[in-house]
Amino acid sequence: MNAVDHNGTTAVRAVDVWKVYGTTEATRVDALAGVTVDFLRGHFTAIMGPSGSGKSTLMHCLAGLDMVSRGQVWIGDTPVNTLSDRGLTKLRRDQVGFIFQQFNLMPTLSAEENITLPLAIAGRKPDRQWMDRVVKTLGLEDRLKHRPTELSGGQQQKVACARALVPRPEVVFADEPTGNLDSRSGTEVLSFLENSVRDFGQTIVLVTHDPHAAAYADRVIFLADGRIVDEMANPTADRVLERMKPLDAA
Amino acid sequence: MVNATLKSLLSRKLRLVLSGLAVVFGVMAVSGALALTDSLTRSFDALFQTIDSNVDVRVIAAPHVDPNQSGGRVFALPIPAATVDEVAAVPGVKKATGTVAADGARAIGPDGKVISIQGPPRLGVAWRADSSLVDLRQGRGPESADEVAINERLAKLGKFRVGSPIEVLTLQPKRTFTVVGLFGYQGGRDSIGGETTIAFTEPVAQELMIGEPGAYGGIDVTATPGVSQTKLRDDIRAALGGGYKVQTGQEVAAQDSKSLQQFLDIIRNFLLGFAGITLFVGIFLIVNTFSILVAQRTRELALFRALGASRRQVLGSVLIEATVIGLIASTIGILAGFGLAALLRKAFESFGASNLPSPGAGVPLSPIIAGYLVGLFVTAVAALMPALRAAQIPPVAAMRDAATPDKPLTRITIAGAIPTILGAAAVGTALFVDLGDLRLWTLIVGVLLVFIGIAMLTPAVSRPAVSVLGRALTWSIAGKLGRRNSARNPRRTAITAATLMIGIALVTGVSVLGASLKASLDQLTAQDLRAQLIIAGDRTGAVVPTFDPGIIDQAKQIPGVSQALAVYTDFGQIGTTVVPVEAGDLTMLTSTFSLKTKAGQLRTLQSGEIAVDDSFAKSRNLSVGKTIDMATQRGGSQTFTVVGIYKTTPLLPGPVLSVEDGKAGFTSPQPTQGYVTLAGGASADTVQKQVESLLKDNPEVSVRNQADYAQQQASQVNSIQVILYILLALAIVIAILGIVNTLALSILERTRELGLLRAVGLLRSQVAQMVTVESVVISVFGALLGVVVGSALGAAVVRSLRDQGVPVLRFSWGTIGVFLVLAVIVGLMAAIIPAVRAARTDVLRAIAYE
Repeated sequence: MNAVDHNGTTAVRAVDVWKVYGTTEATRVDALAGVTVDFLRGHFTAIMGPSGSGKSTLMHCLAGLDMVSRGQVWIGDTPVNTLSDRGLTKLRRDQVGFIFQQFNLMPTLSAEENITLPLAIAGRKPDRQWMDRVVKTLGLEDRLKHRPTELSGGQQQKVACARALVPRPEVVFADEPTGNLDSRSGTEVLSFLENSVRDFGQTIVLVTHDPHAAAYADRVIFLADGRIVDEMANPTADRVLERMKPLDAA
Repeated sequence: MVNATLKSLLSRKLRLVLSGLAVVFGVMAVSGALALTDSLTRSFDALFQTIDSNVDVRVIAAPHVDPNQSGGRVFALPIPAATVDEVAAVPGVKKATGTVAADGARAIGPDGKVISIQGPPRLGVAWRADSSLVDLRQGRGPESADEVAINERLAKLGKFRVGSPIEVLTLQPKRTFTVVGLFGYQGGRDSIGGETTIAFTEPVAQELMIGEPGAYGGIDVTATPGVSQTKLRDDIRAALGGGYKVQTGQEVAAQDSKSLQQFLDIIRNFLLGFAGITLFVGIFLIVNTFSILVAQRTRELALFRALGASRRQVLGSVLIEATVIGLIASTIGILAGFGLAALLRKAFESFGASNLPSPGAGVPLSPIIAGYLVGLFVTAVAALMPALRAAQIPPVAAMRDAATPDKPLTRITIAGAIPTILGAAAVGTALFVDLGDLRLWTLIVGVLLVFIGIAMLTPAVSRPAVSVLGRALTWSIAGKLGRRNSARNPRRTAITAATLMIGIALVTGVSVLGASLKASLDQLTAQDLRAQLIIAGDRTGAVVPTFDPGIIDQAKQIPGVSQALAVYTDFGQIGTTVVPVEAGDLTMLTSTFSLKTKAGQLRTLQSGEIAVDDSFAKSRNLSVGKTIDMATQRGGSQTFTVVGIYKTTPLLPGPVLSVEDGKAGFTSPQPTQGYVTLAGGASADTVQKQVESLLKDNPEVSVRNQADYAQQQASQVNSIQVILYILLALAIVIAILGIVNTLALSILERTRELGLLRAVGLLRSQVAQMVTVESVVISVFGALLGVVVGSALGAAVVRSLRDQGVPVLRFSWGTIGVFLVLAVIVGLMAAIIPAVRAARTDVLRAIAYE
């Protein structure tokens, strides 16, 4: 199968990806069992599924944080499986942005330093205009000099969003970004992600179990027992919730 | 609760090993010192029980100068032959034998230098064919005045055989003898305790070792059967009257054993000094480890509290943890201590070429008890503060998210000022007020208080200091992160840095003192010493090197020499205090040492006259015309009249007597130093060569010009410095452990951050770099603190010695620079393990880590 998308419309592609834990038949657990999926450039895709469905594992494999047992993953033109730890690290640095549930900001750095951290690690200078635009969109202009401990949870997550967006990565992975936020902050963060897809053409993959969050995406992929069981375009919260019911029950 | 404590203890083995290691080392040194002393004491006792078994009573002349205060120099005062007869006539005496045995028979080795054995005496004795002690192995005993027998140890050291010529220095100038016999001792020993022995015929031994023909150094008495040792001792004591020291064989054996052990004190003090420093630094290490552990376990401990554990139980759980560590570390330390003692004993036996009798069965208790006491005390004291803090954790902390942020530093800063000020005051008092015996302890306690105080003050300065330091050391993002990390827990950084500070402060203090001493010596010789050439000895044992006084007379005849001065030195006793004493021509001394007259006249002294320096005069309330009673080794107590008082100078440490009184009263009638002053225009090099040729039969002394003389004096300072550096290097090693420990704990605490950094693209190598920067910043910070504190302490000590011959305060910037470079190396070394561990952090697990 020709995996490389020469039209440049696919940002991330997974082909027959397996993640197997345990060494003997008796202890074997298939966290991912042959997942094949494309994430289109400039699209906002949500991965949904009940606990233990393998959605986080899938994200880790797609982002170059974890090694697949079998199958192939590409980010842009880069085949992820073939990379060494050093190569993976550089791939994450240059091509991938992360937003975590726990914000994961460096407590010793100011908001601005946190935002530019991946660029600083790569030894690159931030694009000032671009950065100002992201910061302004997030309303963080007068928070830049603050340390994370001086910011609210919502503000911290916005800083994390800016950190993911500012290096203009191929793809941003957001792992339950609203899980630790109140509903207002959560809405702000999701709206920002939605807008960044519309306005900046950013590719975003959102991992969530919240139907309201998934409703912000262009497309939802449903995962159960390590397999893709369904997908839905232009989702609404109610439709997603409806689709999840049998999966949660299973 | 105890169970839960032990379980959490086991789950953190590495940290416990690291924090316990300092205790292990400290306890090892304490137990080792005690075990070694115990084992050697028992062996020596057993040895001398046998050796002195056929002596029932021994008589010696009571010394005029306390040998314990005069550098261990034991001088056998002459006993007239008539006294031997007197003792023989005491009822109950079967036999009384006059003996000669004194330290100071220095044989010259094949290289033309005096054979040096550090510590044990070089005995010159009168040969006794009937001695049951000596085991003649080859040849025979000496029969004529130019024959000697020597012990196997000396034969081996100097490669002497029967028939070899042997050159010997004694109270008299060099003499040459022929070796006619080699002997050993019971049990196949070459030597009893490492000493060398030369046996002369009795008249020669009397002349060379006692300094008086026909006189003896001691009388060995055997009792007629049925007479007890104590009864005989009391009878002889009554018969002889005062002036003699009469001891039973038992007492003699105990004393002989004790005197051989004096050098043991040096080893023991070294080990105990090491133990003291190690344990002190170890306390800091343990305080830090437990503080971090308590901080990290805040939620766990709060949960205990929420589940109903009382404050006391939490306090107890931390203290139990400390006690268990203390117990384990002490046990290992004690075992290692016994090993160390056994090793040192072996080293001693091979060094002294002597198989000591076995110390006997049974394990001594004192090293075990002392080891546990010290180990447990140190860990308990160190854990007390963190334990109290743990007990104050409120149950609600279990529900809170992160560890409580650092408390403000105001309180600890104010609290730190108190020990700092108290310590500084104690140091000042010890240095500038005469406290007598308490002085050293006041100084030590003061210095320790200063260290504790500074460690408590350090957090307040650590944030700005570390930030400035880090900026100088870092440029990359990894460096910046490392620098920020070292500034985030000021207390933790400060205490860790303080462990290094202690070691560096002490070596810096020593270096300041050493540099100042050397600079002062240089200045003194350059400014005040008018002699261009100095004849002086290189000490090779307890006996001070001397030379033939005829050399000074011959030196006067060398063209270009305007003055040649012989100086005699010894110890004298005033009341119970032993002081150094000189004798020489005061007129010449005055010009040679640029002495400044304070009162009276500095003229050539007559017998019975004395000149003193002004501090001596002041402390003893002397003025010109007053008298002072002083005992010399041979002369006994005499009254001297003060004729002159001169300004105190380190070139002339003691009061000055006339040449006659010195020659008659001092241990050796030969001079110890010579000072040659040249006439204008004479070449020092030419004269030096000529004096050198005069000295060819005096291998213990050499002639030096001023620069070499100053350098030789400085080299003595250097060798003391080296010993202290070795001692203190161990404190620095412990500090490395402290840094490793802190970093390892911090990294564990920051697992999540490490995961994030790796996720957003920090390479493993950059992670390692980040940790290394943190380590180096902490080390350099500690070293800088140490350099500052050490310089201040050193300067204070030097200033207190301003009037005792150290007028110059000098900092050895080169050495201090080396310490700072060393700190960087320490930082790099300490970073290795934590950096590797941090770099290996598993990204996924780190992100999921709660």
